[in-house]
Amino acid sequence: MISFLLIIIAAIFFVGIIVKVKAKIAARKMPSILQPVYDVIRLFKKGAIYSTTTSIIFKAAPLVYFASVFLAIFFIPVGSQNAFLSFEGDFVFFAYLLGIGKFMMIIAAMDTGSGFEGMGANREALYSMLVEPAFFILAGSLALFTNNISFQDLFFHLNLDTDLSYIIGIAAIYVLMYIAMVENSRMPVDDPKTHLELTMVHEVMILDNSGFDLALTHIATWLKFSIYGSLISNFIIHSSWNWYWQVIAFFGIQFTFAVIVGMMEAFRARNKMEKNPQWIIMLSAISVVVFLTALIITQKLILN
Amino acid sequence: MNIILFKTAIALSIVLFILPKHIQYYFGLFLHFAITTISSIWAVNALISSSKLTLAFIPFLGNTLNIEIDQLSAFFILVVNFTSLTGIIYAKGYLEPYFSKKSKTEIAWHFFNFLWLHISMLLVVMLRDAAAFLIIWEIMSLSSFFLVIFESEKKETIKIGIKYLIQMHIGVVFLMVAFILAYVQTGAAFSFDGLAVYFASHNPFALFLLFFIGFGIKAGFIPLHSWLPHAHPAAPSHVSGVMSGVMIKMGIYGILRVLMYIDHDLFNIGLFILVISIITGLVGISLAIVQRDVKKLLAYSSIENIGIIGIGIGIGVIGLADNIAVLAVLGFGGSILHILNHSLFKSLLFYTAGSVYKQNHTRNIEQLGGLIKKMPKTALFFLLGALAISGLPPFNGFISEFFIYSAMFKSLHSASLFTDVILMFSFAGLAIIGGLALFCFTKVFSIIFLGNARSNKVEQATEVNTTMLIPDYLIGVMIILIGFAPILIMQPLKQIVAQFTNDTEAIQQITPTLNNISISSGIFIAIIGILWILRTLQQQKHSIKSNTTWACAYTGAKPALHQYTSASYANNYVQLSSKIVNIKKDFTDFDEEEIFPQKRSFETHSSDVFEDNLVSKPSNKLIFWFNKIAVFQTGKIQHYLLYALVFLAIIFLLTYFNLI
Repeated sequence: MISFLLIIIAAIFFVGIIVKVKAKIAARKMPSILQPVYDVIRLFKKGAIYSTTTSIIFKAAPLVYFASVFLAIFFIPVGSQNAFLSFEGDFVFFAYLLGIGKFMMIIAAMDTGSGFEGMGANREALYSMLVEPAFFILAGSLALFTNNISFQDLFFHLNLDTDLSYIIGIAAIYVLMYIAMVENSRMPVDDPKTHLELTMVHEVMILDNSGFDLALTHIATWLKFSIYGSLISNFIIHSSWNWYWQVIAFFGIQFTFAVIVGMMEAFRARNKMEKNPQWIIMLSAISVVVFLTALIITQKLILN
Repeated sequence: MNIILFKTAIALSIVLFILPKHIQYYFGLFLHFAITTISSIWAVNALISSSKLTLAFIPFLGNTLNIEIDQLSAFFILVVNFTSLTGIIYAKGYLEPYFSKKSKTEIAWHFFNFLWLHISMLLVVMLRDAAAFLIIWEIMSLSSFFLVIFESEKKETIKIGIKYLIQMHIGVVFLMVAFILAYVQTGAAFSFDGLAVYFASHNPFALFLLFFIGFGIKAGFIPLHSWLPHAHPAAPSHVSGVMSGVMIKMGIYGILRVLMYIDHDLFNIGLFILVISIITGLVGISLAIVQRDVKKLLAYSSIENIGIIGIGIGIGVIGLADNIAVLAVLGFGGSILHILNHSLFKSLLFYTAGSVYKQNHTRNIEQLGGLIKKMPKTALFFLLGALAISGLPPFNGFISEFFIYSAMFKSLHSASLFTDVILMFSFAGLAIIGGLALFCFTKVFSIIFLGNARSNKVEQATEVNTTMLIPDYLIGVMIILIGFAPILIMQPLKQIVAQFTNDTEAIQQITPTLNNISISSGIFIAIIGILWILRTLQQQKHSIKSNTTWACAYTGAKPALHQYTSASYANNYVQLSSKIVNIKKDFTDFDEEEIFPQKRSFETHSSDVFEDNLVSKPSNKLIFWFNKIAVFQTGKIQHYLLYALVFLAIIFLLTYFNLI
C-alpha cells in the first residue's frame, strides 16, 4: 500500500517538473509545479462535448484506459515495500493490461471517424507493438538473472554488485526510460507540444475528448511516467537500505527522471516519423544485450 | 446402450433426404443434440474417472472396431460438440435467404454434410485403428468440401473447393505413407498404438515429419496453409466458424496424438515445431493485417493462432526433452487451453462476421463502417471476440498466452544456454504476435463498426434476429467465464496434460497465480464501474453537448471520405513488412509532359508469398509442361496408330540389340 501511495505522490508532481524544466531552459517564466494538477481540476469542473459520430466505445475507452493504468500501479513495488498485488508472471499481466487500455483508446480514436485521429491511432498501434518485445526480453533477462518471475521478487533478489551486473542495470534503465517515452508518446517518438496534428501520435488521438474523459487521460499519463520511474528506481534502490533513504532515493530518482525528460524535450528534435520503427526496434536490440549479459553472469555463456 | 443410440443417430442422418424442407433443419438440430449428448457423456465420464473408456463400435475388416476415449479425446470431443452445436444453431438464421433459392435435396445435402462433419470429427478423435482413422479423416475432408461449395452456383467457389480437396488429399497421402511405413518396418498393429513400437526402435524425426506434413496441411501451418485463406471466405459462416474453430484443430490433435508415442530424441522435434510455429504466427498475422475481406482476415488470424498453439506444443516438447517439468506442463497446458479458447473466440468472430455479411451483402470491410449504431449487439460480440483473440485480460485468450509465457519465464533459469536463446526468441516472437494481433483487430473492428458508413450498402443494415445471437451469447459466456475464473478448468486440464508428462505439479503451482489474476480482473472491472458512476454524477451537474467531430475547424470535410480506411490503417505496417505481405500497386505515374493529367485509378493487391512460390508457381510450371506434352494428342486416329507402330519398333530394336 505504501508503494502505491509513493507512486501516486510522485505522479502528481512528475509532469509539473517536466514543464518547469522546459520553461527554465527556454528562459520562459516558470509555471507552478502543480499547474498540470490545476489544469486537470479545471477539466473536472467542465461539461463535455461528444461527437455525433461516436458510440459507446468512445465513452467507455477513457475509463478502461485509466483503469488499466491505475491497476498497473498495484503491481509495482518500491524498494523494500511490497507491491499491493503480486503473483508469478505479474509483469505479463502488467504488459497486457496496458494493452487493453491501448486497444480501447485506439478504437475510440477510430470511433470519431476523423482522419487525424485515425492517423494517431494507427501510429500508436504500431509503436506499442514494436516496443513490446523490448519489455519482454528485459523482463526475461531479469527472470533469468534472479530466477523469479514477479516484479516484487525480481527486484527484491536483484543484486547489482559486480561489474557485469552494472551493464544490466545501466542498459535496463536506458531501455525502461525509452519504453516510458514511447508508451507516453513523448520525445523522441512524438512531440506532445507540436501544433501540427499531422505529426502527432497520442495528442491527436484525444482531440475529441473533453471534460472528465480528457482529465482521466491526462492523469493516466502522469501515472504511466511514475510507474516507469518506479521501475527504474528499483534498479538502484537496494532493499537493505533504511526506509528513509529508500524514500529519499525514490523521489530523487523520479525527480531526476522528470528533469531528464524535460531536458530531452527542450533540446532534442523529434525523430522523423518513418524512422521511428527502427529507433524503437533498437530498444529490443539493447534488451538482447541485457539478456546475453545475464547469460554470461549465470555462467551459461562462458567466455574465455 | 449409449453406443446403440449413437449408431442409430448416425444412421438416421440419411432420413434428412426424405423429409420436407421446413423440418430438415429441426431434424438435423435434433441429431446434433443427440450425438452431442451421448458423446459428451462419454467424454465427461472419461475425465471424471480419469481413465480410458473403450467401447466396441462396429465390425471392421474382420475385427471389432473400438472407440477409445482417453482424456485428450475427451477434451476434443467437448470442444467439437460445443462449436458444432453453436454452428447449427447459427445456421438457421444464416441460411434463411437460401431456403427459398435452394432445392430440397441441396438443403438436405448441406445439413447431412454438416452433421457428418460433426460425426467425423468426433470419430477422428475416438478411433485408433489406422485404416478406420484414414477413412474417417477422408470423410471429414469430403463433408467439409461439400460444405465449402454450398454456393456452388458461383464458379469461384467451385475452384476454391477443388483446391481445398486436392490439398486435403495431398495431406492424406502423407498420413497413409507414414502409417504404412511404420507398419511395414515393425509389423506391429496397423494403428496409432503400433507407432509406439516403431518410435521405440527408430529415430522418430523422419516419421514424425511425415505425420507433421499430413496433419499440418489440415491445421494450416505455414507453408502448408494455402487452402485456408480461400476456403474460409467461400464457405457459409457457420461452416467457416466450425472449420476454423475446430476442424483445423484436428490437425493439432493428430500431431499431439503422434507425439504421445515418442519418448526419445524429442529436442529436434520440439525445435522444429517451435520454429515453424513462430514463423506461422508472425506471417499469419502479418498477412491478416493487409486483408480487406473480413473472413479472409479471420482465416489468416486462424493461421496465427495455430502458430500460438504450436509454440505451446513446441516448448512443451523441448521441456520433455530437457527434463524441465514446468516448461512441458505449462507449454502443453497453454496450447491445449488455447485450442479451447481459439475455438470459442474464432467461431464467435466468424458468426458475427457472417451476420455482418448477411445484413450488408459484402465482406469487403472498406465498404462498411458505423455498424455499431445499426447492429449494436453484433458489434459488442465482435469486440469481445477481438479483445479475447488479442490475448487481452480479463478474457480467455490471455489465460492461455499467460500459460505459455509462464512456462518460458519459469524455466529460463534452469534451462541450458541453447534452450534459453530459443526461449528468448519464442517469447519475443509471442510478444510481437500479440502486438500485431492488437494492430489487426483494432483495424478490423474499427473499420467495420466505427466511424461513418463508407458506402451505401450499410444504410439498410439492421440487427440480426435472436436465433443468430444465441450462439454469440453462449460463446460470450464461456469467454468471460474462462477469463475470470480460469481455475474452473484446471482439474480437467491437469488430467489432459498428464498424458504427456507425469509431473503435473506445475498446474497446482499456478493455481494461486490464477486466483490472483481473477482478483485483479475483478478489481479492474470494479474500477471501471466506479469511474462510470463518478462520471455520470459529474456530468449530471454540467452541460453535455454533441457536435460533429473536430476537424481542425474545417467544416467542408466529407466524413465518410476523410476517415481512415483499412488500407491506410495497415499502411505503416505494410512498409515495415513489405517482403512478407507482398503488396502490388496498379498505378501509372504522372508523365512530366502531362500538363492536364487524365483520370487515374489506384489499386493495391496483396498476395501470399508462400502460396505464390510454393503452390502457384510449381503448379503453373507443371501445367506448362503438360501443355507441351499435349501436342501428341492430335485427335487423329492415324497418329495414334503411328504411336503404336513406333512403340513396337522401339521394343523390337531394343530386344534385337539385347538392350532389354
